[in-house]
Amino acid sequence: MTFTLLWIAAALVLLGIYLSWTAGRLDRLHARIDAARAALDAQLLRRASVAQELATSGVLDPAASIVLYQTAHAARQAEDEQREVAESELSQTLRAVFAEPGTVGAVQDAPGGPEAIGELTSAVRRTPMARRFHNDAVRAARAVRRHRVVRWFRLAGHAPFPLAFEMDDEPPTTLTADGTPR
Amino acid sequence: MRIGIVCPYSWDVPGGVQFHIRDLAEHLIALGHELSVLAPADDDTPLPPYVVSAGRAVPVPYNGSVARLNFGFLSAARVRRWLHDGAFEVIHIHEPASPSLGLLACWAAQGPIVATFHTSNPRSRAMIAAYPILQPALEKIRARVAVSEYARRTLVEHLGGDAVVIPNGVDVGFFAGAAPEPRWQGTADAPTIGFIGRIDEPRKGLPVLMRALPRILAARPGARLLVAGRGDTEEALSGLPRQLHGQVEFLGMVSDEDKARLLRSVDVYAAPNTGGESFGIILVEAMSAGAPVLASDLDAFRQVLDQGAAGELFPVEDADALADACLRLLGDPDRLAALRETGSRHVRRFDWSVVGAEILSVYETVTDGASRVAADERTGLRARFGGARP
Repeated sequence: MTFTLLWIAAALVLLGIYLSWTAGRLDRLHARIDAARAALDAQLLRRASVAQELATSGVLDPAASIVLYQTAHAARQAEDEQREVAESELSQTLRAVFAEPGTVGAVQDAPGGPEAIGELTSAVRRTPMARRFHNDAVRAARAVRRHRVVRWFRLAGHAPFPLAFEMDDEPPTTLTADGTPR
Repeated sequence: MRIGIVCPYSWDVPGGVQFHIRDLAEHLIALGHELSVLAPADDDTPLPPYVVSAGRAVPVPYNGSVARLNFGFLSAARVRRWLHDGAFEVIHIHEPASPSLGLLACWAAQGPIVATFHTSNPRSRAMIAAYPILQPALEKIRARVAVSEYARRTLVEHLGGDAVVIPNGVDVGFFAGAAPEPRWQGTADAPTIGFIGRIDEPRKGLPVLMRALPRILAARPGARLLVAGRGDTEEALSGLPRQLHGQVEFLGMVSDEDKARLLRSVDVYAAPNTGGESFGIILVEAMSAGAPVLASDLDAFRQVLDQGAAGELFPVEDADALADACLRLLGDPDRLAALRETGSRHVRRFDWSVVGAEILSVYETVTDGASRVAADERTGLRARFGGARP
């Protein structure tokens, strides 16, 4: 009798350890998502800011300036639900504006141009990076959260089910990693 | 930035991953970053000032060959001490998915962790068995880097998730600026073909090149094959008719300087590898030195050679195709000159100035607002029950 009770007690302790360990693991994954999301937000904001600066600098032609200003503004102001679409539109506009080989050179010749191109190059490169890291964290957390044990014991608590950030983040081909036109 | 790098393989054994880490470390130190490399090494091996020894690696049979690995309490304690003393803003682990120091570090650390996956080995049974144990360690990695699109694809298939592609770096200027060595330079009648790699490692493909050689020499009797790398030269020559032995010259192990001069001198660089390559750094080095590259059509090579625009490709293990392609190249000086030209332009994206900036971007993306790396106190059972840690 006592022997059976001992066994049950041991099993309960082991289960407790496993549950606490899994909860900790999940907690760490949620923290990782938060950090990745913050990094992604920072990159997107940086990208929109530089785009807006370029649009108001007077270096680009009026049509390109207006379109770029409009999409950059929309990307910065977008609500959460429209954010992915707004940021994708900014990517498309940047590709359209910098599709012409001369644009990068023209901006670089303007005062402060090389810095602006440098910042934009780094932002359009780091956005896809940050997004991949974010979505990778989301996938890892979702894999753990789908576990039966996690669902039965509600180990995820009230944390919302993590969602990937889907957008078109293809950078303009004229902006290469070393900032020189290809 | 305070950076910690974990090298999975013995520092005193030469290898691609070790060289990559050495060059990355020296590049980042030159940029003014504080950096420490944790690597397995014998305690009495002389190490550069930035390398910390994680203890001696033990040879064990793994995955069909002998791997030199670190495990056990001593190594784990050294990893913890290194993490504690370093107070790193980010740690960069190489090969975390193989049973190595990388995995151990991944297990013991928490915070901003970046990991680079070098190899693209097919999934092993041991890996599948260890998956549930591996996964909690691997999911601590905040940023995954693959060295090629091919390596990324294998990573996604085997472990899920995603990675950014950052190629291995090369000091392009070092190879481009090397002085050609007249002994290794060919003439119009007697061109030279270069090969660098382990002679006794069949996957490096020297046997394929040896099978192609009689046909090449039949059309160009003066041609010479220059082989740099260690291994049994008698065995390498065994398949070749005796009267042709004089056309093959073995240079043994060469220094980095001699390697660059060899690549600057040859008329064609041949890479007949048959598999097991996830990147192909030697091709980038050859192109940096302005050598026209003739390589087997492996996924990784195809990508490094810009889908064949920056070098010639031939079907893997096809000695006849290799001979034909080689003769075609040697008979067409314009094509050789064009390849030298495109190659030199193409390699600029592999220069450390570009690759190092990309890696720093990854570090900055994961450290943005994050706390420092710390030892993970949750891993030990002792810690869970409130046990004190020495």
